[in-house]
Amino acid sequence: MNLDYTKEQDMLRKSVDEFLAKECPFDEVREIEDSESGYSAAKWKKMAKLGWMELYFPEEYGGLGDPFGDVAIIMEEMGKKAFPSPFFSTVIQCGLVLLEGGSEELKKDLLTKIATGKLIMSLAQLEEEGSYLEAGINMPAQRSADGFVLNGTKMFAIDANIADKLIVAARTDEGVTLFLVDAKDPGVTCTKLNAIGKDNQCRLIFKDVKVSAADLIGGAGEGWDILEKMAQKATLAKCAEMLGGCAESIEMTNIYAKQREQYGTPIGGFQAIQHYLADMKIAYDTSLYYMQKVAWMIDEGMDTTKELSALKAQVNEKFKFITDKAVQIHGGIGTTREFNIGLFYRRAKAHEYIMGDTDYHYAKLADALDL
Amino acid sequence: MDFKLTDKEEALKREFETFFEAEMNNAPSEFGNGGLEGVYTSDEGFAFHKYMARKLGEKKWLSLGWPKQYGGLEATIMEQVIFDDVRGYYGAPGVDAFAVGMFAPTLLVGATEEQKQRLLPPIAIGEAFYCQGWSEPDAGSDLASVTTTAIREGDHYIVNGQKTWTTGGHKAEFMFLLARTDADSKRGKGLSVFHLRMDLPGIEVRPLAFMDGEHVYNEVFFKDVKIPAEDLIGVEGEGWNLTRQTMNFERSGAGGFSGAKKMLESLIEYTKTTNRNGQPLSKDPNARRKMVEVFIGSELGTTLAYKIAWLHEKKDFMSLITAASESKLYSTELAQQLANYATEIMGPHGQLEAGACAPLGGSMVELYQFCKGATIYAGTNEIQRNLIAWTGLGLPRLKFK
Repeated sequence: MNLDYTKEQDMLRKSVDEFLAKECPFDEVREIEDSESGYSAAKWKKMAKLGWMELYFPEEYGGLGDPFGDVAIIMEEMGKKAFPSPFFSTVIQCGLVLLEGGSEELKKDLLTKIATGKLIMSLAQLEEEGSYLEAGINMPAQRSADGFVLNGTKMFAIDANIADKLIVAARTDEGVTLFLVDAKDPGVTCTKLNAIGKDNQCRLIFKDVKVSAADLIGGAGEGWDILEKMAQKATLAKCAEMLGGCAESIEMTNIYAKQREQYGTPIGGFQAIQHYLADMKIAYDTSLYYMQKVAWMIDEGMDTTKELSALKAQVNEKFKFITDKAVQIHGGIGTTREFNIGLFYRRAKAHEYIMGDTDYHYAKLADALDL
Repeated sequence: MDFKLTDKEEALKREFETFFEAEMNNAPSEFGNGGLEGVYTSDEGFAFHKYMARKLGEKKWLSLGWPKQYGGLEATIMEQVIFDDVRGYYGAPGVDAFAVGMFAPTLLVGATEEQKQRLLPPIAIGEAFYCQGWSEPDAGSDLASVTTTAIREGDHYIVNGQKTWTTGGHKAEFMFLLARTDADSKRGKGLSVFHLRMDLPGIEVRPLAFMDGEHVYNEVFFKDVKIPAEDLIGVEGEGWNLTRQTMNFERSGAGGFSGAKKMLESLIEYTKTTNRNGQPLSKDPNARRKMVEVFIGSELGTTLAYKIAWLHEKKDFMSLITAASESKLYSTELAQQLANYATEIMGPHGQLEAGACAPLGGSMVELYQFCKGATIYAGTNEIQRNLIAWTGLGLPRLKFK
């Protein structure tokens, strides 16, 4: 057993931390949140030069072939800074879908573009019912002479408003099938939704969108398996990002509790406050160690069905718990737009829905436990 | 990062599993889940505790981590945590919480060579059973305010006072005692630690019945009890330092989490074989959610326990103190959650104690009561939260009068 990170991993963490601290202080996070595009093209280009986007891609597609655990480190640090970018939608979700199901040609083409920051992508999986299940994917893909025609509505496609390409899950006779669609296709209407995370949650309406047979990712009916494989790693990555948010929430609240005085003494000396903070730390520490273990299991190629559902359900609940108590300890000032803790309070709720909410994962875990 | 056990550790784990799997077949019926109540409430329970202690002693597993010169195996912390993990899963007794868990580490840290040679071997072979003489009616969480005195007279110390919450005081042959050797001293100063026989003249043990009427705890009264001077452990007046080191003797809590997992497995089996409203209980959405929550708790807890082993191996003692408090808190609250959820899932049968119609032998409703002690003893969970805030987060310590 060795539960330390390697020197290289420590350096990676430090470089992400330093880059984001310089490039994206919280004032800029708020500016980006308030912008229509919801990201900074300039920062995205700079990031692409740092090697993070191709980090886990295999070397044959221009990547560095790092273990996925390294991606968790990047995500943790992005989570600490509440950094808004299409990293998760493009590099993680769509990158993984392409790796798991794309043809050699597609992988060579698209992964290289992602790695160099030239391509933003969005995954259109969920629908109006809001189901995370395979049965929740019902948008039809009608076979035509030279391919398929898509009609219907997709919900919560992250960063679709800034994407060049979409990966769309739709139903053919064979089952769930994934399609590569040009985001600028005239039959696609994208609406950015007003969401608590102030992130790019989009609704996509497809009207007679034609897709050629060459633009399938994986075979017809293979879509759900590919999405499940993507979800294994993407769920871990999202949890790491959320845990970064937990860490920062505790850190800033701890500092505040030591500085803020009432009754002539720092409020951090009151046991009521100390016990809140102790509970926040326990919730964070236990979740963090478990995330590290699951990351290791993934890189070892073990089955993590139970563990990932346990982890996401746990992190969903604990990120909310930690940010709730963090705002509480800040008092009234914590509820203002000006104070940074509110960024995390909102993200806790927003991230709960990404890669499965708590009820979904509880149900999935119960099945996995053969209940 | 690598969570894999070494081949040697894996082999040891299998050896522990094989042993406990076989030996637990000898447990008396209704032994329970391996808690203190199983050991102390019946003669059969304590006899099994002694039987297991001797078996473990033969393997040198009561002295796993001790130096070889005192009969130990010098096992690594990781190997000790694996032992706790496996033993906890089987709910096995035999590792006396007071002799092996507390007094032996105290002796190793602070006893004279003569005392180590004399007192450690009986513990190692599973022949010596202790109770703990710490708490008093007015010294609970604030242990430094003990008032029991042990005043030197010639070759003896004369003990007067009262101890309470003495778990197993009616079964143990020995006690380790914290008493004031300087009658005028205050708080941590002037305290000393003693080893003593429980059958000395002047000692009276009275049962302190638990809420269900069971006899686990005791009050112990001392009236002019004579202890030979050679049984003062280490140096007179240094008892507080020694006791604090015993308190800080790091426990991973691994057994608590694996024990919860084993009980959850029994509960899952019960829900799959018990019908209500035309379907197995395991299909009830509320029951499923509750069992999943306990599963998550046991998973996270076990990972925390091995993290503690790792911090110990790295000698990162500051992080270790925080993590040990986290583990105590987390495991005891998990046990309460499990007991409450299990008895909820069982419906009205959840109230039935050992006997007719009781699901899982009444073990869950028993746990529901006895686990209430666990968030209080060994440093209340409030004290643990204070420690986490102070050592883990650097928040200001409380000022004491």
